Amino acid sequence: MTEPTRVPTRNRTVLVLLDPASEVRSGTLELLTIARGLGRVEAVTLEAPTVEALAQLGAYGVETVHQAEVPTDALAAAGGDAARHLPPVVAATLAAAVRRTDADVVLAPATFGAKEAAALTAHALGAGLVIDAAAVGEDDEGRVVAGKRVFAGAWDTRCVVRADVAVLTVRANAVVPEPADAPVATEVDPLPVAAAGTSGVVVTSREVKERAAGRPTLEEAAVVVAGGRGTGGDFGPVEEFADAVGAAVGASRDAVFEGWFDRYIGQTGVTIAPRLYVGAGISGAPHHRGGMQASQVIVAVNSDPEAPIFEICDFAVVGDLTDVLPQAAAVIRKHREG
Amino acid sequence: MRIVVAVKYVPDINADRRFTGCRVDRDPGVGTLNELDENALEAALRILDALPEDEREASEVVALTVAPAEGDVALRKSFQMGVDRAVRVTDDALAGSDYFGTAAALAAGVRRLEEDGAPVDLVITGMAALDGLGSVVPALVAAELGRPALTLAKKVDVAGGTLTVTRETDEATETLAAPLPAVLSVADTANTPRMPNFKLIMAARTKQIEAWSATDLGLDPAAVGAAGARTEAISAAPRPARPEVELVVDKGEGGTALAEYLIRNELV
Repeated sequence: MTEPTRVPTRNRTVLVLLDPASEVRSGTLELLTIARGLGRVEAVTLEAPTVEALAQLGAYGVETVHQAEVPTDALAAAGGDAARHLPPVVAATLAAAVRRTDADVVLAPATFGAKEAAALTAHALGAGLVIDAAAVGEDDEGRVVAGKRVFAGAWDTRCVVRADVAVLTVRANAVVPEPADAPVATEVDPLPVAAAGTSGVVVTSREVKERAAGRPTLEEAAVVVAGGRGTGGDFGPVEEFADAVGAAVGASRDAVFEGWFDRYIGQTGVTIAPRLYVGAGISGAPHHRGGMQASQVIVAVNSDPEAPIFEICDFAVVGDLTDVLPQAAAVIRKHREG
Repeated sequence: MRIVVAVKYVPDINADRRFTGCRVDRDPGVGTLNELDENALEAALRILDALPEDEREASEVVALTVAPAEGDVALRKSFQMGVDRAVRVTDDALAGSDYFGTAAALAAGVRRLEEDGAPVDLVITGMAALDGLGSVVPALVAAELGRPALTLAKKVDVAGGTLTVTRETDEATETLAAPLPAVLSVADTANTPRMPNFKLIMAARTKQIEAWSATDLGLDPAAVGAAGARTEAISAAPRPARPEVELVVDKGEGGTALAEYLIRNELV
């Protein structure tokens, strides 16, 4: 894969979607890092960024944030403020920002909502679209090239964008975030978005999910610990181990269907590619593997020596997770204190 | 009520999936109906099942796919589940389509169905195709048709010309509504697809599959397929195999061994 060059060879303008704008998560910092390797970076938001968010954007070299001004009647017709995050509204904003800045590249995170917004943006602009890039670079002619990990992490593919504008969603942990050499002052620039209709979609209710305090988000965590059927419904050992290593907690689809946990890792759930994945009591069905096999290091604990997950592991323990995980957590806590 | 379910022919995720050159190898030996489309078919059939009998009689579910002739496997399976009609859009000009080419072909198929008959109230898809996992075609079909898209539905309700869905996004639990006609994608948590019964399995063997070409649909060959694609695959290679697994059988020190592995490799 062509790695992003530290000094861009072309004078590109790269827009990074910042949504929500209340906090700048590690995934956004990764997008900004990739963007700096491609050109000059500007951000696009649907709401006012916080002071903390602006400081972080400045540290990552963003001079301008385009903040959408969506007509209030358009929002009111679509259910009020909650409609701000609907893909057609986000897409109208991104398209308006590309037109204003004459941007060459748009980068967005790999959430389902951002993927749809990216697709609609590319549709409106006649741009090329790449979903879930794992690497972004350029070819000899300066065209944007994206690398993807497909078929449950078993194949690497690359594609080149032939259109003038490239819109890409980039999966988390594609790069290690790096601030700019020197921070810059960040200005917020209002961006009028006229055609922000939702084609009749109305948000009738929206309940924002509470995130587990003190733990990173599953999509973006560098370390993920997941529990499956083998937990028998008790996620205590999984959570204890996760907290010892500073990991996010996830589950298999089976465990979620049993009602033991709320979010599952899998090809139709959350797709992750962390630095370290630890699966406990997870057999490794194709569905689950499709959501985690691109992880850099894979570790499993399972009492069944025949569990298919052992075939894709770097390190594995055949044993009872209620013995293995607390023991490992205790050793790691001691190591971290020392 | 007239519903089109867009289905896809994909390699079985349990098979050894591969590329030939830069394109997905569609070996008919392992080709199947995208599993997530069964949720879409089930959602369509349930909407019809809930109608009064006279309305049900006047209703139709059409399975629509863009695929080479091998894709009939996916349409036969759709017949087994209970669709009334199946259409395959097949054309060499469509090979190598990007998301936009695929969406344009599906939308053209829907419009063609409407020219020949009643308006299509709903286009339903699964939440993703298990080969590409892009999840963007439903929104693009809606954009092509100029209709609202409600995607990733966990709960679906159609009443009085309004589609209402509940869905779980990464950020929130949402309820969304839109007027028909609309495009809907359903999550794999939306329902449990029915098992085909013997009668439908037998009937599916002889049901007629209609085949349309790109020109039948008025698609410009230069705007779809590899010719119109705005991205071009330039390489596809299998990942190197992972090194042999380091396996420890727990005899009281398994947790310590795990911790030491992580510490040794600077992973914690």
